[in-house]
Amino acid sequence: MNIVVLVKQVPDTWAERKLSDSDKTLDRASVDVVMNEIDEYAVEEALKVKEASGDDSTVTILTMGPERAVETIRKALSMGADKAVHLTDEALHGSCALQTSYALAKVLETLHYDLVICGSESTDARLSIMAPLLAERLGRPQLSGARKLTVGDGTARIERQTENGYDVVEAALPAIVSVVEKINEPRYPSFKGIMAAKKKPLTTLTLADAGIEADRVGLASATSSVESFSNRPPRQSGQIVKDEGDGGSRVADFLASQKFL
Amino acid sequence: MAEVLVLVDHLDGVPKKVTYELLTKARDLGEPSAIFLGAPGQSAAALEGLARYGAEKVYVAESEDITGYLTAPKAEIVAGLIAAKSPVAVLFPSSAEGKEVAARVAVRTGSGLLTDAVDLAADGTATQSIFGGAVEVRSRVSTGTNLVTLRPNSTPPVEQSGAAAVEQLTVELSDSAKGAWIVESVVEGKGGRPDLGDASVVVSGGRGVGAADGFALIEGLADSLGAAVGASRAATDAGWYPHQHQVGQTGRTVSPQLYVAVGISGAIQHRAGMQTSKTIVAINKDPEAPIFELADFGLVGDLFTVVPALTEEIIKRRG
Ligand SMILES: Cc1cc2nc3c(=O)[nH]c(=O)nc-3n(C[C@H](O)[C@H](O)[C@H](O)COP(=O)(O)OP(=O)(O)OC[C@H]3O[C@@H](n4cnc5c(N)ncnc54)[C@H](O)[C@@H]3O)c2cc1C
Ligand SMILES: Nc1ncnc2c1ncn2[C@@H]1O[C@H](COP(=O)(O)O)[C@@H](O)[C@H]1O
Repeated sequence: MNIVVLVKQVPDTWAERKLSDSDKTLDRASVDVVMNEIDEYAVEEALKVKEASGDDSTVTILTMGPERAVETIRKALSMGADKAVHLTDEALHGSCALQTSYALAKVLETLHYDLVICGSESTDARLSIMAPLLAERLGRPQLSGARKLTVGDGTARIERQTENGYDVVEAALPAIVSVVEKINEPRYPSFKGIMAAKKKPLTTLTLADAGIEADRVGLASATSSVESFSNRPPRQSGQIVKDEGDGGSRVADFLASQKFL
Repeated sequence: MAEVLVLVDHLDGVPKKVTYELLTKARDLGEPSAIFLGAPGQSAAALEGLARYGAEKVYVAESEDITGYLTAPKAEIVAGLIAAKSPVAVLFPSSAEGKEVAARVAVRTGSGLLTDAVDLAADGTATQSIFGGAVEVRSRVSTGTNLVTLRPNSTPPVEQSGAAAVEQLTVELSDSAKGAWIVESVVEGKGGRPDLGDASVVVSGGRGVGAADGFALIEGLADSLGAAVGASRAATDAGWYPHQHQVGQTGRTVSPQLYVAVGISGAIQHRAGMQTSKTIVAINKDPEAPIFELADFGLVGDLFTVVPALTEEIIKRRG
């Protein structure tokens, strides 16, 4: 079983994030970065599938992002993934989700995979459409939003939250899966894992290496463009009152003042 | 006039409020046509509402295959319509499924896509709220057909009668659209209240509610306000309330007129699903709880005394 996990490096959500004035893209240089939180669950799930299906299985990390994304790749390797592919090129800067999925799909086409696992959503872009984008591009089934995954007999089966319950969905492998945080509890890298990660194979690809046409990615040919943006004034801090036995009616007064009653 | 397609979001045929919001917005861009995709017979329940909100045409595709496979059949049909009708724009609800269908349509038609818009101008420019509401971005699609997913509650639905002339589509799906089949659809009860995505008021409970029983208080408050019930992950993980009520990064994203957070600390993943709510009220016994940073009105107190009193007060004032 060959599993590829898509891992993205994102700005720490606790840090202040901003758009750069020059080209209206996320200012990634000025902030602390971490592994997109849900991608840790994706890595964990891949490791579990590998452990359940035997030793000849491999888990490959695939990341598209700037040079410093190597830190995030190392973390995924230290959790137990076997190897990694890092697509990095100046020309990728400012790529929109559609272009990103194009580039990732191009790399995926060169890898042998039975399963691709990604997170349900990144904390910066928050698009949560990578699984359907890749499924459409690669012509593979989409199993998105998994809170449970079972793999066996050449198929994958997931449980997926719906708006009034959940669906059980099945597909033949190879398939594209995205996971939500309910699926597992990610492990922490062990000291041994951290040491081992340094020696694990990491392939770095440029656009040319991956056979990606430079005019298909990057800000200049993005499929949508930012016309303008405005930083909203921070939310006015509201009125905070302590309950003195009249808490219920104080809240009701506020609701009435806002015409909710 | 240029045609604007709107993907109908419905439950067993009955359109959700967001569908009417999309039709209302679509009129600013051109002449709205609705796309109804569902199981055989379902569209009957939709036509009257679609006519009332200005749909001039309704493209209807009904088949067990549409509901039997995940997302791809819908995308294939919408992409086919785009090729046949050359609309100026296609509007989708910003639900998990709406976004997934839109994503696949974007790839199929070589179009750009803007998701989670909170507003859409007559010239097709979409406004998105990012980084936890700190930045508002106005963008436009520059390639192919203008595809936009619009958040529920972005605009008040306005009635305007339309012809709602039905055009039946034949459903012939490719094999690749049948890649992921739905084995079972489980409905987890807690019906009877407004849908979280559509509701203009949401009352949510968190770990502070203490137990499944405690959610009776949350439901009571919700009912007094005609609200939907939400929950934090701590509450859904504990099994106190069904998972589909989880609000947050990996749950539902809501932006109601009023959001009441009860016994919820306000973790960043929870905020991600509710911070674009217009008015936020928090009830929490810890004055340091981060939810108070977002709240327009915060009450520091014990929910077990405040919520019953508040519910009673609301019922009294509403008469
Ligand atoms: C990848 C990932 C995704 C996640 N996605 C989500 C998500 O979608 N949605 C989500 O909600 N969380 C999500 N979380 C979890 C999130 O980080 C928090 O753990 C969770 O939101 C906490 O829920 P809570 O506020 O109910 O509980 P707590 O943080 O424990 O807060 C409980 C609050 O109740 C108050 N309280 C206790 N007793 C009373 C009382 N008697 N009266 C009044 N107040 C009282 C306390 O003061 C406290 O502030 C996610 C986490 C991860 C890692
Ligand atoms: N640049 C990237 N490199 C690798 N994986 C990515 C990248 N962007 C998105 N992903 C994957 O897609 C998921 C959803 O991200 P998004 O579509 O940005 O919300 C993430 O959790 C990752 O698994």
